[in-house]
Amino acid sequence: MSVARINVRESGIYIAFGLIVVLFAVLTDGALLQPQNLSNIIVQNSYVLILAIGMILVIIAGHIDLSVGSVVGATGAIAAVLMVEHDLPWPLALLITLIAGAAIGAWQGFWIAYFGIPAFIVTLAGMLLFRALTLSVLGNQGIGPFPDPVRTLANGFTEGYLGNIGLGPLGGADLVSLLVGLVAVGGIAVSQWRARVARLGYDQAVEPLPVFLFKIVGASAAVLFVIVQLARFKNLPWVLVLLAALVLGYSLLTKRSVFGRQIYAVGGNLQAAVLSGVKVKSVVFWIFVNMGVLSALAGIIFAGRLNLAGPTAGNTFELDAIAAAFIGGAAVQGGVGKVVGAVTGGLIMGVINNGMSLIGAPSENVMLVKGAVLLAAVAFDVWSKRRAGVASR
Amino acid sequence: MPTDAILQMRGITKTFPGVRALHDVNLTVRRGEIHAICGENGAGKSTLMKVLSGVYPHGSYAGETTFDGQPARFAGIRDSEHRGIVIIHQELALCPQLTIAENIFLGNEQTRRGLIDWNHTNHQAAELLRRVGLTENPTTLVTEIGVGKQQLVEIAKALSKQVKLLILDEPTAALNDEDSAHLLDLLRGLRDTGITCVIISHKLNEILAVADTISILRDGELIETLDLATDEVTEDRLISGMVGRSMEHRFPPRTPKIGAEALRIEEWTVRSPDGDRVVVADANLTLHRGEVVGLAGLMGAGRTELAMSVFGRAYGRDISGRVYKDGRQIQLRSVREAIDHGIAYATEDRKRYGLNLIEDIQRNVSAAGLTRLARRGWVNEGAEHRTAQEFRRSMNIKAPSVASIVGKLSGGNQQKVVLSKWIFTEPDVLILDEPTRGIDVGAKYEIYSIINQIADNGTAVLVISSELPELIGLCDRIYTLSAGRITGEVRRADATQERLMQHMVQGQEQGSGADR
Repeated sequence: MSVARINVRESGIYIAFGLIVVLFAVLTDGALLQPQNLSNIIVQNSYVLILAIGMILVIIAGHIDLSVGSVVGATGAIAAVLMVEHDLPWPLALLITLIAGAAIGAWQGFWIAYFGIPAFIVTLAGMLLFRALTLSVLGNQGIGPFPDPVRTLANGFTEGYLGNIGLGPLGGADLVSLLVGLVAVGGIAVSQWRARVARLGYDQAVEPLPVFLFKIVGASAAVLFVIVQLARFKNLPWVLVLLAALVLGYSLLTKRSVFGRQIYAVGGNLQAAVLSGVKVKSVVFWIFVNMGVLSALAGIIFAGRLNLAGPTAGNTFELDAIAAAFIGGAAVQGGVGKVVGAVTGGLIMGVINNGMSLIGAPSENVMLVKGAVLLAAVAFDVWSKRRAGVASR
Repeated sequence: MPTDAILQMRGITKTFPGVRALHDVNLTVRRGEIHAICGENGAGKSTLMKVLSGVYPHGSYAGETTFDGQPARFAGIRDSEHRGIVIIHQELALCPQLTIAENIFLGNEQTRRGLIDWNHTNHQAAELLRRVGLTENPTTLVTEIGVGKQQLVEIAKALSKQVKLLILDEPTAALNDEDSAHLLDLLRGLRDTGITCVIISHKLNEILAVADTISILRDGELIETLDLATDEVTEDRLISGMVGRSMEHRFPPRTPKIGAEALRIEEWTVRSPDGDRVVVADANLTLHRGEVVGLAGLMGAGRTELAMSVFGRAYGRDISGRVYKDGRQIQLRSVREAIDHGIAYATEDRKRYGLNLIEDIQRNVSAAGLTRLARRGWVNEGAEHRTAQEFRRSMNIKAPSVASIVGKLSGGNQQKVVLSKWIFTEPDVLILDEPTRGIDVGAKYEIYSIINQIADNGTAVLVISSELPELIGLCDRIYTLSAGRITGEVRRADATQERLMQHMVQGQEQGSGADR
């Protein structure tokens, strides 16, 4: 019985995600799952998902970053000035913008890690400072349009290199996209199976085989479904490729790297981490540098998508990113959280946004539902932890 | 002494899912006595007191309680306090940023026409402080007084509630000997004013010194109740009752193989982080391979501060002095450097400073030596798992698997995880700060055996402990520290508690104020 409960807690977020998708698919008569709409959900939420990846690291370490929305605005503005006003080649401008993001992160990381000011205060100040920077860089006006390659990254799709194949009643679909989808599904299945075999080899507890197979088949079906729909539309959005790479890379970083382990150690027990030889200040500093770089990436993509760097770009993105991390299972005290969880949390909010606008719900209702979901997710987490605590006395 | 019973608990049985914490316990406490309850960790002492004070409400356990002639069926802690039962927990429950008086009357504010009457509050508080023998101003913030005085504030708070039965859970665990003695005196004084005390303690010498009656719990059952007026009771007698076996040998046998010098510290001086006072003054000490060396001192003598300042300057400022490792002078500027030089330090408070309680055994064991399991920054999880498994087996860590969350283990098993973590770094010098605090007698013996084994493998071990018998039983040589100065060095053969204590109080009065 306790095993089942642990399963629910660990995979509750994914079950909830599935239920929300089904709910809105029914409410919208299937419009939610139409090829174009799926593509929209991914593209429209890509920058929040990128921010959520950075934010989950910050939150695992026991900190918070309220400035990411303003940093998105500021870096978008910097990119626009470099590319549009100074006509810099776009790869160089992109690199400089990412470095600017790193510098912004280093600035905040310095005050937090080495000067010892709470992240809440430093990034609250940063929220104002970098919005001011945005306005002064832009001279209080929008700057655009962006070069085509940047717009393609933000808004475009992969080419049909190998042409289309027919999928019977579903019509034509891009072969490259389908192959990528099959490789992804195979990769998921093989890596999960190998992890399971390895755990068994070390006499560790694993979930029962039917549950395991159900999860793999479910995840594979979901991925394949999305890919097929995208392949029928305009192929794979470039931001999806980028996101997949980021999720994979950062999942590995958090789980397998010394640096990633140290993030959990710092958030789990700061003093113990210090006395175990973890260079805590350096870890915290680099987490914020990383957040700055990812914010810059999100800033470029957001500006590229709108084809305009505007003074209000990125407003309240920090709240979406923070909500995504907590819906995705991060703990308020730090030390707990997963990259995949944060991205799923971000997708939950994206699906709610999209689904509710499809059924024509007014924006106050969308906010109401998102607020309730955030509260419910954290309440469930707190409740299940308390249950677990009581059960083990 | 009056002989009527103030408290009778009959047939108390309390079960948690999968665990029977108390089984048919019958406890009688006479009015106006000091009644000690002892037993190993997990014997059920705290559970019994939680039943008594209503933390576990009536109905969640079987059995009946009679208090002061009336049946006691408490729905919560407010009910029991209303009847005059007050429990003071091991972790003190005071608000550090409030004054002493505010803390005493917290939840029981002295009001006049709906507003707090501060003059009355402070006056009453001063009166209560006088009764517990604490000469502090009632308007002093609790954060500014030491833990010994905080304990007295807790007792004053209990007195303000017209306490009849005062329960103290490990009251002297965090106190130095002087404060402990004062507290025990105070308990005797309270007894003479008619207040009954129940005291839970691991310190058997204190129990013997203060108690009128001793009840021994083992595995949730009440083994026996001893009356010190009539029964012949010794520490060994208590220990054998607690563990159910004669503890002739509380320490594993030891034949030291002492090798070359491993660590030498010269003229080591450390100031407190605020720079106000000298915490360690001009200390010299030497550790050899294969040797277990003790560091004795009263609380506040600077033992932990000495160890942590050596361990990569994890404590203090303006540190001066020299460190030699294997005869060569080294610089230890950070904890990382200290670990890289083969020095390890297992902290005193393992929950706060030693472990990541929300993580599993595997990740705690690897925490300090993770780079040994990694190549180019990437952790080899298979090797990490094998390492943790190996330690779980060799250290006899009782847990279903290395994926068990450390926060749910018992104190003894947590300590084994801490030791595993540091042994895995393969240290040449291992500093253990209070390695057996809060650990039951059986697990202590295991920890002692592990320490012996570490030393036999050629590591120099420095043990900091407040329990003198432990140091004498375990160490080949003992340094004493008093007010930041090394005041003595005693060989095992010459070590007696009296002799160590003499060194430990030496020079206290002209010391630079390292009190508390």
